[in-house]
Amino acid sequence: MIRFEKVTKYYKNNVGLENVSVHINKGDFVFLVGPSGAGKSTFIKLILKEIEADSGSILVNDKEVTSLSNRQIPILRRSIGIVFQDFRLLPKKTVFENVAFAMEIIHKSPRTIRRQVPQILSLVGIANKASKYPDELSAGEQQRVAIARAIVNNPTVLIADEPTGNLDPDTAWEIMKLLEQINLRGTTIVMVTHAKDIVDRMNKRVIVIDKGKIIRDNVGAYGIDVFETPSCQPEGGVFSQDVK
Amino acid sequence: MLNSIFYSIKQAFLQVSRNRAMSLASIFSISAMLLILGLFFIVVVNINMATEAAKQDYETVQVYLLDEVTFEEAQVMIDSFERIEGVSDTKYLDKETALQQWKAKWGESGYLLDSLGNNPLPNSILITVSQLEAADQVVKEAGKAQGIEDVKYYKETVEKLLKITNFIQIGALIIMVFLIIVAVVVVSNTIKLTVFARSREITMMKYVGATNWFIRGPFLVEGMLIGIFSALISVAIIALTYSKISELIGQDVFIILSTPMVPVSFMTINLISIFLAVGISIGACGSIISMRRFLDT
Repeated sequence: MIRFEKVTKYYKNNVGLENVSVHINKGDFVFLVGPSGAGKSTFIKLILKEIEADSGSILVNDKEVTSLSNRQIPILRRSIGIVFQDFRLLPKKTVFENVAFAMEIIHKSPRTIRRQVPQILSLVGIANKASKYPDELSAGEQQRVAIARAIVNNPTVLIADEPTGNLDPDTAWEIMKLLEQINLRGTTIVMVTHAKDIVDRMNKRVIVIDKGKIIRDNVGAYGIDVFETPSCQPEGGVFSQDVK
Repeated sequence: MLNSIFYSIKQAFLQVSRNRAMSLASIFSISAMLLILGLFFIVVVNINMATEAAKQDYETVQVYLLDEVTFEEAQVMIDSFERIEGVSDTKYLDKETALQQWKAKWGESGYLLDSLGNNPLPNSILITVSQLEAADQVVKEAGKAQGIEDVKYYKETVEKLLKITNFIQIGALIIMVFLIIVAVVVVSNTIKLTVFARSREITMMKYVGATNWFIRGPFLVEGMLIGIFSALISVAIIALTYSKISELIGQDVFIILSTPMVPVSFMTINLISIFLAVGISIGACGSIISMRRFLDT
């Protein structure tokens, strides 16, 4: 679960988040929507402790994130899976190696890796592509690899940053079904998106952020009335900039 | 733990081979740096050895006796010298033994001394002093005694020698430190290239929750590998060159300075351990410096 309590984050010249309180339960499926620069990426970065909040409290899995030391950040991130708009697969590694990589770096034994990677690949529906390289796959398949990598270590939270931004509508919908399936296994999902049709069709909880504030938080449609000119252009995702 | 060490070593070898041109370039520049370092090392060690030998020679005051002084009279003199504070040892050296010692010292060229008809060397008393200051006192005492031909001691020479060696040692140390800093910068730049080439991977590692040390591991080992290769190359070159040089001029150096060159085997063993330590530390420091900014968050 994720709990923001009066969280404020200012940047030099603009507002990131202002006095935001929100509670996302374990097992929730939440859409995070809002125009570019509204504070969505700030929200995500605060969960991952990529940036520090100016004030307020952030709980992830009952742990206070704001007081974590640098040493504890990796432990926090192991409980959070991330999927990006541009997949971020390592081009010189096979599908299997891309997923195995996530396990290697948290010191899983080669035996466990050999056992679990095929399981997770068949869960996301690409069991037969294990020995392919990313550039031999379609965009949808690449995103499935990325999702496999994100969930292979059984995170409690999966953050999806515009996961359908680079996909055609049919493929996007398949990915959404996969995310829903993962959600049903008990993983909390926070998905940043601009795709109105997907949000409408999924009929899940929607949190709308604008100018650093939550202006709507309920189950239902995207809510076109919220924005005068809804930006449906994919903007590259909140992680278009690599972490330093 | 063991898994991550193996992982680091495997990755490091991969990185070095993928980044072959750059790795070779830094191996060569660090080898060159270590070669210069080795040159200084050899010079300093040899100078030290020569000074030590010279100091031992010069710490003795040599009192040359006239030929008419008998052994018994000499014994009386020795007793009086031994009473002086700071004198640690006295020894009577008759002219025959002195000649034998010269011959031994000259080694193969010793036969030259055979052509001397009479032994020109005097009987002497060798007085070893524990402090150079005591030598003054000995000289003063000896001046009062009868039957003394000459008194030789080299306080000023020893002091000058010590000053020069100190100067050379400090100079060499400064240059060595400077060279080491340059080498660290070279390694850190090489590693930075691999870090940039793998920035995507590193970003991903951080998102999945790799610890900083886990990310750093392969780069650390990469730096160390570069250090080890450079150390081995430069020790090999130095050992070869040094053995050739000591083969060529070793004998002459011995005769000029009356002290042998430091033996090749001793030099090589010491250089290997020193250079491996220096090379590995340079590599490790270089890679930690190049990663520092990258792992801030």
